[in-house]
Amino acid sequence: MFEKALVGSRKYWGLVIVLSSIIGIGFILYMWQLKVGLRITGMSRDVSWGFYIAQFTYLVGIAAGGVMVVLPYYLHDYKAFGRITILGEFLAVAACTMCLLFIIVDLGKPMRLFNVLLHPTPNSILFWDMIVLNVYLLLNIVIGWMVLQCERNGAPPPKWLKVMAYISIPWAPSIHIVTAFLYQGLPGRGYWLTAIMAPRFLSSAFCSGPALVLLLALLIRKYTKFDPGREQIQSLAKIVTYLIIINVLFICFEFFTVFYSQIPEHMHHFKHLFITGSKISPLMWISYIGMAIAAILLVFPAIRRDEGALAVCCAIVIITTWIDKGLGLMIGGFVPNPFGRVFEYWPTLPEALISLGVWATGFLIITILYKIAISVKEEIRA
Amino acid sequence: MDVSRREFLKKIAGLSAILFGSKTAFELLAPGELEAQYLPKPEALTAKRWAMVIDMGKMDEETRNKCIKVCHRTHNVPDIAKENPRHIVKWIWTEPYENAFPGLEQEHMAERLKDKLFIVLCNQCDNPPCVRVCPTKATWRREDGVVMMDQHRCIGCRFCMAACPFGSRSFNWRDPRPFIKERDPEYPTREKGVVEKCNFCAERLAKGLMPACVEVSNGALIFGDLTDENSKVRKTLREYYTIRRKPYLGTDPQVYYIVDTLL
Repeated sequence: MFEKALVGSRKYWGLVIVLSSIIGIGFILYMWQLKVGLRITGMSRDVSWGFYIAQFTYLVGIAAGGVMVVLPYYLHDYKAFGRITILGEFLAVAACTMCLLFIIVDLGKPMRLFNVLLHPTPNSILFWDMIVLNVYLLLNIVIGWMVLQCERNGAPPPKWLKVMAYISIPWAPSIHIVTAFLYQGLPGRGYWLTAIMAPRFLSSAFCSGPALVLLLALLIRKYTKFDPGREQIQSLAKIVTYLIIINVLFICFEFFTVFYSQIPEHMHHFKHLFITGSKISPLMWISYIGMAIAAILLVFPAIRRDEGALAVCCAIVIITTWIDKGLGLMIGGFVPNPFGRVFEYWPTLPEALISLGVWATGFLIITILYKIAISVKEEIRA
Repeated sequence: MDVSRREFLKKIAGLSAILFGSKTAFELLAPGELEAQYLPKPEALTAKRWAMVIDMGKMDEETRNKCIKVCHRTHNVPDIAKENPRHIVKWIWTEPYENAFPGLEQEHMAERLKDKLFIVLCNQCDNPPCVRVCPTKATWRREDGVVMMDQHRCIGCRFCMAACPFGSRSFNWRDPRPFIKERDPEYPTREKGVVEKCNFCAERLAKGLMPACVEVSNGALIFGDLTDENSKVRKTLREYYTIRRKPYLGTDPQVYYIVDTLL
């Protein structure tokens, strides 16, 4: 099937070249980072995780796009999703790959990465995160590829593949829960020390992931001969609607607990994020107000049915949840530091470009895998 | 049941591979078999639980600076402050009361606390969160309570820095070696990309010496075995009211502060 990725229109090759160039720039800068150390980032003794780990955390959520189309198909026998499960699975492959790359670019000693396997440490949540992410990546590669191959050959998928699909469904929430546990189990960080962290990770994942699948489905309809289907897009829209509402609700729970209890060690972080953070505060307001607006708009069936408005709402969901997790989570957690001091953090240009390189790697994977999937689907139809 | 010669040989080969594999695995994993025997030297200082008491009454400016200087010189801690203060590496330093003990400060406090600087260092917690989160056991708690760091195993993930509620850990954001003024050959230097922190001078205890900061502190730093009733640490803790940094987090810090001797 891979030969399908080697023939394509000029637009396809144009996209591949653009993404490869961005990867190239990111790679060169990463080589520089390897040589001189992480000093080229905006991170410091006080904000010791930054943009890289935040992107990793956000993309774990995007990987959930997979399960939200797979689950209704396999568990509820919702046939309509049969033709788009592949979009969710391949998106999960790209997202998990980006997650792993973001962890690697964040390591001070990436050449020692395999120490995690050489000295397995079950009491470390990072050890479990390594396991759940890699297994989820593997599950989605195998399931996605095999399902597509069976579809192409007109053969029913083998039984073991269905078993794998069933395993992948409970496995999906595990990646969000374990990733949330990285943060919510640390004693001295008031912003993270909250039991709602894992539920918030789940809700933001299950709205931003399907929102991205939905946007990609609309793009596919526009630029290829394969139509993911109107019903499918409308069903995805309902999933996004429910989950963004739950996500906004969870944020409200968090705010209530922090500000009604008035415990300073928890409040300080929120005050910095929303009031004193020179660059982050306006973005946090945009993020939470935007999320609320998207949640309200999506409730109206008329807006959901209008695919233009729906696309805008999904874009708002993706951007606002990205600000919340891809920027706010780290700055909120590390500022103020354990001494109660405020040290602001903002990513540097090399840091942003290396991150962009990793994002481009993910989008290149999506481009190639979607190209294969769509070519197969077009071939079947022809 | 017919078994062809070919199949029989295949099965035998498979079985012996499994047997051989598991024998090797057993030998490798059997506890203590392949590990080198390690015993402390006879002159080493040993304890069941090392702990430190800081007598703020005796901790004047000169003593403070001496402690910091000797520690950083002994352990080849680079001086990066001038290059970039955000990338600073420190094992022992000073903080005002409200930063060392956030949450304990109040609007009206004893005047003598106002401009006093408190010595802070790794608390060598009894229940260290940094050890709990490390994915490679590069940081671990010794039997005697010292929280150690293996800079050759550390992958630089900085999970320990996120976990430490005391900001006791530093990461090498750059190559530290150009920033070491006089290199002490007795202690290894570090590379970029690894985390480091105070180790209660484990390398000096092994040679029968007290921690470097304790040695120069003129009695302001009291160091000893917490499990020994007659140790100076225990006597001091019996005699004075002491406080610890963020004890409510349950990490059980083993650095105690006497505040009421402050004049």
